Amino acid sequence: MSTTNTLDRTSGVGLGIAMTWFSLLVLIPLSAVVFTAAGGGWDLFWRTVTGEQTAAAIRLTVGQAALVTVVNVVMGTLIAWVLVRDHFRGKALLEVLIDIPFALPTIVAGLVLLALYGKDSPLGIDVANQRSAVFLAFLFVTLPFVVRMVQPTLAELDKEVEEAAASLGASRVTTFRRVILPSIVPAITAGAALSFARGVSEYGSLVLLSGNLPFRTEVTSVRILSSIENNNLAGAAATATVLLVISLAVIVLLDVLQRRVSGRG
Amino acid sequence: MTLFTRTPRVLLAGGLAAALLATAACGTGDSAASAGASGSTTLSIVGFAVPEAANKAIAAEFTKTPEGEGVTFKTSYGASGDQSRAVEAGLDADYVHFSVSSDVMRLVDAGLVDESWDDGDNKGVVSRSVVVFGVREGNPKNITSWDDLIEPGVEIVTPNPGSSGAARWNALAAYGQVIAGGGTEAEATDYLDKFFANVVSLPGSGRDATTSFLGGTGDVLMAYENEAILANQSGQGFDYVIPETTLLIENPGAVLKDADPKAREWLDFVLSDAGQRQFALTGFRPIRDDVDYGGTVEGANDPSDPFPAVPNLLTVEKDFGSWSELSAKYFDEENGIVTRAIIASGKAE
Repeated sequence: MSTTNTLDRTSGVGLGIAMTWFSLLVLIPLSAVVFTAAGGGWDLFWRTVTGEQTAAAIRLTVGQAALVTVVNVVMGTLIAWVLVRDHFRGKALLEVLIDIPFALPTIVAGLVLLALYGKDSPLGIDVANQRSAVFLAFLFVTLPFVVRMVQPTLAELDKEVEEAAASLGASRVTTFRRVILPSIVPAITAGAALSFARGVSEYGSLVLLSGNLPFRTEVTSVRILSSIENNNLAGAAATATVLLVISLAVIVLLDVLQRRVSGRG
Repeated sequence: MTLFTRTPRVLLAGGLAAALLATAACGTGDSAASAGASGSTTLSIVGFAVPEAANKAIAAEFTKTPEGEGVTFKTSYGASGDQSRAVEAGLDADYVHFSVSSDVMRLVDAGLVDESWDDGDNKGVVSRSVVVFGVREGNPKNITSWDDLIEPGVEIVTPNPGSSGAARWNALAAYGQVIAGGGTEAEATDYLDKFFANVVSLPGSGRDATTSFLGGTGDVLMAYENEAILANQSGQGFDYVIPETTLLIENPGAVLKDADPKAREWLDFVLSDAGQRQFALTGFRPIRDDVDYGGTVEGANDPSDPFPAVPNLLTVEKDFGSWSELSAKYFDEENGIVTRAIIASGKAE
C-alpha cells in the first residue's frame, strides 16, 4: 500500500513538472499567437490569409514542405537502412555528417547553399531565385528527421523474424511489406511530421537563395515578417495561426495513417 | 544519434511549437562590447546594423574626452525595425540609432522617447548617406542612370521594402526621381512597375542583399553609399555608381526619456565634428558639410573626393512629407504603391 502511494506521488510530481514545462514552452506561447490573431477580429484574419500574396506564400510553403516530406520518407528510410544494415568504410563519418543540418545555424546553411547552388555554382547547378531553391533549402534542413527516427527502431528489429518469414516462403518484398514496414511505420510518420513542420517554418536557410519573390519563391515566414514590419501583429499572428492549424492537421493525419498501416501488420 | 528514441509524439509537438515560435518571434542578439576604463556609467546603445563600426570608433573617441571619461558601453545591433520593437518591448536602451525615423516614432508613441526629440538643429538626424547602384566590376552593363535599371535584361537585387524598413529608402528613391524629373505620379508608378519587374531577388535585409549580390545574383544592387564604402574597406566590396538624382538617407538618433544623463552628452558628441568625423571615415555623409574628416575616405570611388555633390538630391521632408504619411501611401500592406508594384511583378511571370 505504502509502495503504491510513493509511486503515485512520484509520478504525480513528474506529471506536474512535465505539464508546467510543456505549458510554459508550448501551450502559453501558442495560445498567445492564436489570441493575438483573434484580437484583430475575424475580418482582418480572413483578409490577411486570403490576401493573394499571403495565400500564394502559404500554398508554396505547404506544397514544398509536403513534397520534401515525401522525398524524406523514401530517402530517409533508405539512409537509415544503409546505416543500420550495411557495414562500409566511412560509416562512422556519415553518422556524424547526417546531423550537420541540425547543428548548422540556418543562415550559415543559407550561405553554403548560395555558394554551391547560386549563380556562381562550382557544380554548374543554379537554382537561385527559383522555386527549386525553396525545395532544396527545405530538403537540406529536414534531412535528419526521418533518418534519426527510423534508425533506432530498425536497429532493434529482430533479424530472426525476417529469417523466419523467409523460411516460411515470404518473398523479400512481402517480408519488407508485412514484417519490417509495420514496425517502422510509427517512426517514419513521426519523422515525416517533424520534417513537415520544420519545413513549413523555415526561413534562414532559404532567404539568400530563394530571393523572396512574391508569388514565386516567397515563403510564409517572409509574409509574417512583412506584417510585423508594418506593425500589423494581428495579421502576422493570423498567418502564423494558419500554419499552426495546417501543421496540426498534417500531424493528426499522419497519426491516423500510421495507426492504419501498423495495425494491419 | 539516440536523440529520438521512444517518445516521438512529445518531441513532435515540441519541435512544431519551437519551429513556429522561431518564425513568430525573431530574437534579438544582445552583445556586450565595452570601451574605456573602469567606469561608473554604462550607456546602452541600441542600433541598426550598419553604423556599428562608426559608433565603436566614436565611443573610443568619446571616452578620451572629459565628459566621456570612464563611460562604458553596452551595445546591441540588428535590423532597425526589430531593434525598435525590442526597445518598445523593454530592451534596455539609453540611446537609439535607427535607419528610418518611423522606428523612433514607435518609441515616441510608446512614451519612451520625448516628442521633442527632433526639435534640434539636426532634426533628429545623426548620420546621412545616399542611395547608390552597386554594379559588377568595371560596370559591364554600363549602368549610370535610373533609366538604365529598367532596360530589358538588367537584373536588380534590392532588399525587400516589405520586410525591411531600411529598404524603403531604395523604393522611395526609385519613385521620387521620376517626379523630380518632371514626371507625373502615374509615370512614377509605371516606373516602379518596370523596376520591380527587373528585380530578381528581394532579400530580407540590406546585408542579405549584399551577400546575395556578392554571391553572383543580379547586375545591380540597390545599396547605400556608406555600405558600399564600408564593404570596400573590409575588402568585400563592389563598384558603385551615384546617380544624378538620388535620395538623401537620414538616419535618426535619440536619447530615451529615462536615460542616464551621460547619454545626452554622448548624443552631443555624436553630433559634434569629432563624432561626425568618425561617421565620415566609415562612409557616412556628415550631417554638416563643413566637418573636417581629413579629406580622404578609403573605400570611396575617389578617396580624395569621397562624397561628391549630387546634382539633384531628394529628401523625405522636401519630396515626400513625412515618414508617417509616406508609410501609408507607399508601403501599406494591401494598397501601398510600392506594395502593389511588387505584387504586380510577381504575377507577371
